[in-house]
Amino acid sequence: MYIPQTWKSFFLEAGEISSFTGRFFSQFFKPRHEFREFIRQCYIIGYQSLPLIGLTGFIMGLVLTIQLRPSLTQYGVESQLPSMISVAVIRELGPVITALIFAGKIGSSIGAELGSMKVTEQIDAMEVSGTNPFKYLVVTRVLATTLMLPVLVMLSDAISLYGSYLGVNIRAVTSLSLFYSQAVDILTFGDVLPAFIKTFFFGFAIGIIGCYKGYYSSKGTEGVGRSANSAVVVSSIMVFVIDLVAVQITDILNLN
Amino acid sequence: MLPEVQTISTPTNKIPEKVISVKNLKKAFGTNVVLKDFNLELHEGENVVVLGKSGSGKSVLIKCIIGLLEPDEGIVEVLGQNVTDLSLDELDRLRANIGFLFQSNALYDSMTVRENLEFPLRRHWMQVTQQEVNKMVTEALENVHLAHTIDMMPAELSGGMRKRIALARTLILAPKIILYDEPTTGIDPITGKEISELMIEIGEKYNTSALIISHDMKCIKLTADRIVVLFDGKCYATGTWTELERSKDKNVKQFFE
Repeated sequence: MYIPQTWKSFFLEAGEISSFTGRFFSQFFKPRHEFREFIRQCYIIGYQSLPLIGLTGFIMGLVLTIQLRPSLTQYGVESQLPSMISVAVIRELGPVITALIFAGKIGSSIGAELGSMKVTEQIDAMEVSGTNPFKYLVVTRVLATTLMLPVLVMLSDAISLYGSYLGVNIRAVTSLSLFYSQAVDILTFGDVLPAFIKTFFFGFAIGIIGCYKGYYSSKGTEGVGRSANSAVVVSSIMVFVIDLVAVQITDILNLN
Repeated sequence: MLPEVQTISTPTNKIPEKVISVKNLKKAFGTNVVLKDFNLELHEGENVVVLGKSGSGKSVLIKCIIGLLEPDEGIVEVLGQNVTDLSLDELDRLRANIGFLFQSNALYDSMTVRENLEFPLRRHWMQVTQQEVNKMVTEALENVHLAHTIDMMPAELSGGMRKRIALARTLILAPKIILYDEPTTGIDPITGKEISELMIEIGEKYNTSALIISHDMKCIKLTADRIVVLFDGKCYATGTWTELERSKDKNVKQFFE
């Protein structure tokens, strides 16, 4: 049976990423645990991403409010603006846009960092120094992205709603407590929990793909650039794929 | 048809203990056979240089010796242990006795010089106190005459300084064997000479054995007790500098012209 080369490459890469993921789980449970490096990565991946994530979240809330207002005014439901923004941000826009920004910043940085470590033999040097480079470099980074993205999404959602509050106050006057009660009262368990859970999967996918692309980087400095680039592209696509799967699951479970 | 291995060296009465023994090593990458039936011995206190053209498999050889690459066939024994039979923990313990100077230095970019030197110490000797670590780091840096760089980042150092720091990191565990992968490649001839002299100084001070991969003839002349010519994946000829320099074989001669 004839299979086009692009499909072969796709399936081959999908298989390799699956095997890399399997290796992550097998190494994750084995001692020695690299706790200090994990904390360092949480600081770099989480704390240092905060300004960018905060800024994009703020702009997202503000712009969404300004653009949504004319349509809602037309239908006479301008008062529903906080509720609509809240549902849109918490359920979909917050997790997905934050994950895409995160993929751009962290996915590329992990891909480039591990890629350059690979081509300059730093990974080999680590192995020679009695360190399991997979545990030290991959397990710590993937865990950090998995745990930090949900935290960043929560903060981004909050900042986004604050941006929306300011947006509402451009053409109208509302108090923060009123805006807060309108934004939060509309939310249900089915809005918050599935959106929160999927961010762990987004973070895991971004970490695994960034590490995979970097860890198997080749062809010198050109390969490092390619690793960083494809880490962003593939992890961004994965964010949408996971989002699609998540929405199907929540639909089946009647959580939509 | 290539000749059998030419042993040009003169026999000595006392044979020191073997620290590395490579027998019939074969390594291929796909259809590209890099090493075939390669044999090598390194004795205690000896400096052996593996000389060969670029891409002849010299780096592959030392990566097989330290267990970074798995040979397809053959036996690699280091300090009496067969590298391919060892578990990961056993291999780590063995690696604590082997220093490896990478061609690209392989200093960790995100760490300071101090952290780079502490890294193998913390990994191999987990019981060591901070006071002992500080002492060892300072001593290793003094050995390479770069004690003042302790808090600098690798990116702030010149190529020659990075090479010396990498050498200090190699030395910090007081290894019995040091594997040098092209130690003078990419640095100017004066610094190259300094590195070569440093290698000799370190060998004499710590009584280490060294396997040096190089095609820098000045470095080889300075450091080699014995030279092994790697040609067509095999140990083609072996002898001292003077002996090989006089060789009439064209494949050996081409390196000395």
